[in-house]
Amino acid sequence: MSDRLAVAKTYKLYVGGKFPRSESGRSYPVRDAKGGFLANAAQASRKDVRDAVSAARKAFGGWSGATAYNRGQVLFRVAEVMEGRRDQFAAELRAAEGLSQKAAESAVDAAVDRVVWYAGWTDKIASVLGAANPVAGPYFSFSVPEPTGVVGVLAPQSSSLLGLVSVVAPVIAAGNTCVVVASCERPLPAITLAEVLATSDVPGGVVNLLTGHAEELGPWLASHADVNALDPVGAPGELRGELERAAAETVKRVLPVRGEPDWNRQPDIQRLRAFTEVKTVWHPVGT
Amino acid sequence: MPEETHSPWEYAPAPESRAIANLQPSYRMFVDGEFVDGAGEPLKSVNPATEETLAEVSSAAASDVDNAVRAARKAFDRTWGKMPGSERAKYLFRIARLIQERGRELAVLETLDNGKPIKESRDADIPTAAAHFFHHAGWADKLSYAGYGPDPRPVGVAGQVIPWNFPLLMLAWKIAPALACGNTVVLKPAETTPLTALVFAEICQQAGLPPGVVNILPGAGDVGAELVGHAGVDKVAFTGSTEVGKQIQRTLAGSGKKLTLELGGKAANVVFDDAPLDQAVEGIVNGIFFNQGHVCCAGSRLLVQESVAEELLDKLRSRIATLRVGDPLDKNTDVGAVNSAEQLERITALSATGDAEGASRWTSPCPLPEKGFFFSPTVFSDVQQSMRIAREEIFGPVLSVLTFRTPDEAVAKANNTPYGLSAGIWTEKGSRILWAAQKMRAGVVWANTFNRFDPTAPFGGYQESGFGREGGRAGLEAYLDV
Repeated sequence: MSDRLAVAKTYKLYVGGKFPRSESGRSYPVRDAKGGFLANAAQASRKDVRDAVSAARKAFGGWSGATAYNRGQVLFRVAEVMEGRRDQFAAELRAAEGLSQKAAESAVDAAVDRVVWYAGWTDKIASVLGAANPVAGPYFSFSVPEPTGVVGVLAPQSSSLLGLVSVVAPVIAAGNTCVVVASCERPLPAITLAEVLATSDVPGGVVNLLTGHAEELGPWLASHADVNALDPVGAPGELRGELERAAAETVKRVLPVRGEPDWNRQPDIQRLRAFTEVKTVWHPVGT
Repeated sequence: MPEETHSPWEYAPAPESRAIANLQPSYRMFVDGEFVDGAGEPLKSVNPATEETLAEVSSAAASDVDNAVRAARKAFDRTWGKMPGSERAKYLFRIARLIQERGRELAVLETLDNGKPIKESRDADIPTAAAHFFHHAGWADKLSYAGYGPDPRPVGVAGQVIPWNFPLLMLAWKIAPALACGNTVVLKPAETTPLTALVFAEICQQAGLPPGVVNILPGAGDVGAELVGHAGVDKVAFTGSTEVGKQIQRTLAGSGKKLTLELGGKAANVVFDDAPLDQAVEGIVNGIFFNQGHVCCAGSRLLVQESVAEELLDKLRSRIATLRVGDPLDKNTDVGAVNSAEQLERITALSATGDAEGASRWTSPCPLPEKGFFFSPTVFSDVQQSMRIAREEIFGPVLSVLTFRTPDEAVAKANNTPYGLSAGIWTEKGSRILWAAQKMRAGVVWANTFNRFDPTAPFGGYQESGFGREGGRAGLEAYLDV
């Protein structure tokens, strides 16, 4: 009797709700925390970035126009489906980050809870960041936060799941769509998250997950004229200046990053604020 | 329509006395609570309506920027940054009152220096500047209620660069929130309009503001660049052209410094077929000819529903023909002087591309003064979206008219721009106002009005019109370390 040979999985990108290979045909080896071979991941190219941005743009109208209630439900559904894959995520975190079973489980729990936290924000952003402006004159003036548009996200390199959901959840909770470059050395939790997103009512294109090198893909995202904002948290420190310079060409919003935050800390609403625009409307009042 | 040049509505000239401006032959920069000579080459401030030199103004050099930033840092560390908000508030209330008390003087001086009609500086610029200080004074001791956490801290020293179109008002937009939040500032007014900022410095002295809290450095773009790139500045705020804004964003890239930008615009003013047309005409005129069209949020692209386009354009042309262009100090003047020869040249050149690309030009038959920098109100019709006059900011009294058939087309055309500062909607239907306002990708949307400002209403752009907001609770974020 022989041991059963496991069915090895070929990992792909997640773009527009589908799982394509990289257009470039490239892949790169993913190793566990001890250096052992885990799998090959797709290595995204500039063209994949462009495809992902156009998928994100296409999805923006629907997602930003969905009701806050609907977006909140979809995000909560993400948390539900993540919960169902708890063991798989924990195993991947053990391999990727070299965590103990307990620490891995606690990171997964924190990630699920983080998504739930942001799910609850979708219908509160407007009342917390918006305002009725008591202007002098016969106008009803009000300010409402609106999503900025397509956000380029360079996900944290070391915190491969909790860090990832901590940067993606606020972007989509606020109604944006995004193109995310996953942790280069630890991409497997991101790919599993893509499978979660694909099966949890998140419309295709709202989140597009690319695996590959932030150094290679970041500049294309930062300079892309159809990307409205950038979260560079996962870019190497020395690259951030270059990305911000590229972003200036189209006056992109760039989230200010001071090193990698402690993802275990309860977040505030800075990331929700950073990817929303405040729109002020003056409506006449009269008989 | 030659009869319109001899309108029955003739008024005798009603000039405001320029003596009220208390104009001095020379003005000095303001650093650490004192008026000092700058090390830069002095500027000559010119009255754009007469081309006469108004005053000589000392200008800053790099060493002055150093001194001012150092003074601001010292004031931040020693006095202003740790002063209780309730005390800061009282200084801001004092400043607001002093602006009101000296409002007439400031208005005349602004009009002399900038060329804008006295009725606008008197009724809009100066009162709104005072209102900004009043509004922000109240925030100084209420910051923990602003939604940025229980005890938000100031950023530090703010470097601020403002444009020439609303010299004192832009100063108020920048300085009032900065001071309310506990920051100190170094502000560079525009090269061509430094005078009211220096009278404001005098007001700071009269208010007893601690030295170094406000520093004013007149100068040209090089002084601005020096200030923006200065290592001792923690936060930069800029209002001006998109081109310069991009340079500033590049300069600050990777520095971790806080930046807000209020840049250009190419606002769509959308008139639906059910709009109150006469009211819309007034709003369109106000949208593009207010302040000679030198307004970043000016309604420079008029989108009219095809079925009413002809009627509206007829009404619009006859209304525009009645606008009086001329002496800005005359209370009857509607459109004053373009701020500089350089700007006049830019408006002339960009308008010429309208002719070259096949748009139909209509120019108001109004007489223009023989001296000074003036440009007749101009309307281009038959404009296509691809034309430069429909895409680029002209920053002058030039309106481009396009048409649309359906509301969806109107929104698509309105949003077909890299800018996103403001938009206008004209319709009698409230539901359509809110629908269109939701669809517009712009920071400010005016319905059945245009160019309204209030310190409680956040103002700022989408996309290449910049980021950050000024005014209201949202505007405080720029000056808080959050």
